[in-house]
Amino acid sequence: MSAATWGLLVAVFFACFVEGVEAATIVMAMGFTRSWRSAFLGVGAALVALALVTSIFGYAVTTWLPESALQLAIGTLLLIFGLQWLRKAILRSSGRKALHDEEAIYETQVQDARRAGDVRTEGLDMFAFVVSFKGAFLEGMEVVFIVITFGLNAKNVPAAALGAVAAVCAVVAIAFAAKRPLAMIPENALKYGVGLMLASFGTFWSVAGTGIFRSGRASVEWPGNDLALIVLIAAWFVITRVFIAVLKRPTPPEQRPVAGTEHLQAASS
Amino acid sequence: MKYVRAFGHFWYDFIIGDDWKIAAAVVVALALVATATASGLLGDTGLALAGGALIVVAFAISLAIDVRGNKR
Repeated sequence: MSAATWGLLVAVFFACFVEGVEAATIVMAMGFTRSWRSAFLGVGAALVALALVTSIFGYAVTTWLPESALQLAIGTLLLIFGLQWLRKAILRSSGRKALHDEEAIYETQVQDARRAGDVRTEGLDMFAFVVSFKGAFLEGMEVVFIVITFGLNAKNVPAAALGAVAAVCAVVAIAFAAKRPLAMIPENALKYGVGLMLASFGTFWSVAGTGIFRSGRASVEWPGNDLALIVLIAAWFVITRVFIAVLKRPTPPEQRPVAGTEHLQAASS
Repeated sequence: MKYVRAFGHFWYDFIIGDDWKIAAAVVVALALVATATASGLLGDTGLALAGGALIVVAFAISLAIDVRGNKR
């Protein structure tokens, strides 16, 4: 397997891993508090719906849409997702937003599940079913977009799909072994990294896709073609570091090291 | 009607998320790039560089509005 294929596999794996952790938190909260059977049925129904939507839209866009229109549509969505993740990463790193805490999200889901009361239809806990369905479907749609974009860009959709399947298997295995919310995973750092990739691919594809508006509908070519992606990832990294530095809130006085004791603080951290 | 509203709400949640300003920034930036592409004033390299720069500027503006709004 070539280095490019490994790169594709690793990029898709981490992007889908983060989505999988978010879906697993929701499903575990429903399973532990309400009904595992209903939660799993919700996930199953979401997987069927995802397969249907992907097949129908996949066939439609690859059959009827020119390449540039596909780039513009998927690139725009990817760019919106990526910039939302970067926005949160910037606000968190600059101390303006609380860090993403899977444990706290799990607790909120559990409280909601307990408050919902008994809503059963033919033995199925509808609350657990619907919440699990929505969680798995939403995160699953993002996985589909990631696989399509990264896969088509590298002209290797099967490798991208393999990365996504490996990520889902890893999340399920860790969740099964841990039997608790996956708070031990460094999700904030992972989300920042994935946000950089999504924003870079989104920028690349959406700008290329604006070629649909010129005669001939040919995609706009980036200088250096695919190499421009590496420059874009580096550029988004530098830009986000600048935003973090500019927006950084000063540390409260009680957390500041006393002058002359910085070396002690550094040693203890 | 309830199902149509739920369907719309689902897609709004999925695409727009919790900050509509990001989606608005992306749409405005890409609309400007699309206008430049349609006009034929710039070559591919110019379009790509201008497009990337416009997206960064739009993102910076949406972030600034967000931070200012949260200050109040």
